[in-house]
Amino acid sequence: MSVMTRTVVIASESGLHARPAKALAQAAKSSGVKVTIAKGDGSPTNAASILGVMALGAVQGDTVTLTADGEGTAVEATLDTLAGILTADHDAR
Amino acid sequence: MNGVGVGLGVALGPVARIADPLPAPPADPSTRPVEEEQARVRAAVGAVARDLEARGQAAGGTVAEVLEAQAMMAEDPDLEESVDARLAQGLTAERAVYEAFAEFRTHLVAAGGYLGERAADLDDVAQRVIAHLLGVPAPGLPDPGQPHVLVARDLAPADTALLDLDQVLALVTSEGGPTSHTAILAREKGLVAVVGAAGATNLVDGEMVVVDAEAGTVITAPDVATIAAAQARIRERAQAADAPPTPGALADGTPVPLLANLGSADGAAEAVRLGAEGVGLFRTEFLFLSADEAPSVEVQRGEYRRLLAAFPGRKVVVRVLDAGADKPLPFLNDTPEENPALGVRGLRVLRAREQVLRDQLTALAAAAAETDADVWVMAPMVATVEETRYFTALAHEHGLKTAGVMVEVPSSALLADHVLRTADFASIGTNDLTQYTLAADRLLGAVAGLQDPWHPAVLRLVGEVGAAGAAHGKPVGICGEAAADPLLAVVLIGLGATTLSMSPSALADVRVSLRRYTLAQARAAATAALAAQDGAAARAAARASLTAAPVAP
Repeated sequence: MSVMTRTVVIASESGLHARPAKALAQAAKSSGVKVTIAKGDGSPTNAASILGVMALGAVQGDTVTLTADGEGTAVEATLDTLAGILTADHDAR
Repeated sequence: MNGVGVGLGVALGPVARIADPLPAPPADPSTRPVEEEQARVRAAVGAVARDLEARGQAAGGTVAEVLEAQAMMAEDPDLEESVDARLAQGLTAERAVYEAFAEFRTHLVAAGGYLGERAADLDDVAQRVIAHLLGVPAPGLPDPGQPHVLVARDLAPADTALLDLDQVLALVTSEGGPTSHTAILAREKGLVAVVGAAGATNLVDGEMVVVDAEAGTVITAPDVATIAAAQARIRERAQAADAPPTPGALADGTPVPLLANLGSADGAAEAVRLGAEGVGLFRTEFLFLSADEAPSVEVQRGEYRRLLAAFPGRKVVVRVLDAGADKPLPFLNDTPEENPALGVRGLRVLRAREQVLRDQLTALAAAAAETDADVWVMAPMVATVEETRYFTALAHEHGLKTAGVMVEVPSSALLADHVLRTADFASIGTNDLTQYTLAADRLLGAVAGLQDPWHPAVLRLVGEVGAAGAAHGKPVGICGEAAADPLLAVVLIGLGATTLSMSPSALADVRVSLRRYTLAQARAAATAALAAQDGAAARAAARASLTAAPVAP
């Protein structure tokens, strides 16, 4: 089975803390696509798990890789959405 | 027992403790089939998640965010996997949930920083799920059915969301300091609180206590005289709150104008009702935060006019836009920086985009001309004398005759002598001044202990500015949380501040505190605080100095 990946840099000032982790996990869960997230060369974890995402300990400027099972526009759209969440600044006031 | 008091209030009532955490469920093998244990877990996490979501909806705001995140933790798919694996080994639902949460907790704590602090949120979820499985009440807020003194280790976000302010007479915590979540909440809501009172763990439900925030004490088994004295003070404070506010002044009559910090024109009427004698800090960010481009001169002028109209004949200090990489605005500057607090922010941004600053000054000058308020303008994040010269000249050029700078950077405080030769006034932003003096990010909980405006290093810098103000005959204001601390307010006046600006809810206690002491006493307290080695010692020294020299009749 083929996979699609997307590599992005975390934008939030305080990294993947509760709020961005929640947004990411929510979006991953509702997409129905199986997506994993890995920090740097680390091992991948389920992107739909808020606990797994938080435990990555990713901070601003860290590079993370999203990997989705499958291919096609739906999978691509899911990766776009998730990448958008990771590159948005959730600490903007 | 002693702790750190928040405000000047006093309360009397029976203790109600937040239930202690549940004991670890025993690791005995389950007597139920695995499928049944699985179903029990599914039902429990679902119920807890729905309950947290409902609490979030009731609370709104940032609390809702935290509670929704907690709801997701309860139903986390990885957690479920971990629980299922443990159930398959024959553990009970309770034990499996307990172990699975503990495993994730270890990961979070290992990640450190902000995430380590989130471990408390995870613990809270685990306790709720286990309580649901056991059929016992979730640990959390007690409901003794009468007004009570709430005692806790520290309050969790889920607790503060549901706090019934009509039932809670006072808060007492055994952990946490003056910058803790509980202390901030108490300050915001005007609650009587003593935090960090280590002895509070010994208090039992129903025990009568007197909580004296001013003294920072919790008195157990109070005698008749102590109770009567507390009741008299409670009555006195209620009467004082109802009486029309008087202008701020010391016991010897030295006027200390008490001003309001406002973030939009909406709070103006309430500030006036609470006795604000003007505005010491009007933040203009609200005009810009939602805008993809700077608002027009006309739009700004209308907003400024609305604010200024509420303060005829009064001083209103307007701060020009304070933005930067820490508060990025799309149209201004969204380049990420390694250290946003030390980056292109405040006046530095405005200088790079001078038209934005010019428009703001133009709009403000026009609004000032249309109203009777005494309009002052100041720039944030000024670090050099040259920046002071630049800003005051530009403001004067636009027809604003009183132009000053905020002192938030130690360099400005140390060179206050030169800064105040140029500027018409200075206003000390104690929150940023503390963060820069102690090199401690004010948004980072892990270094919150260093964010203490009582620190003598901060007080010495305030003293430099006060002395420079006196030498040049220029006003020195304080606008920061420090001014809202009734005891610190006296010390700040002793250090040479001439006005204090704070959130309007803090005005009453500060007004009462200033009325008790003369300028000579305030100066003696300042001298005592300056000689201390750390914040706690400075606070104790100031208190001792002020108690030792009672007000002459």
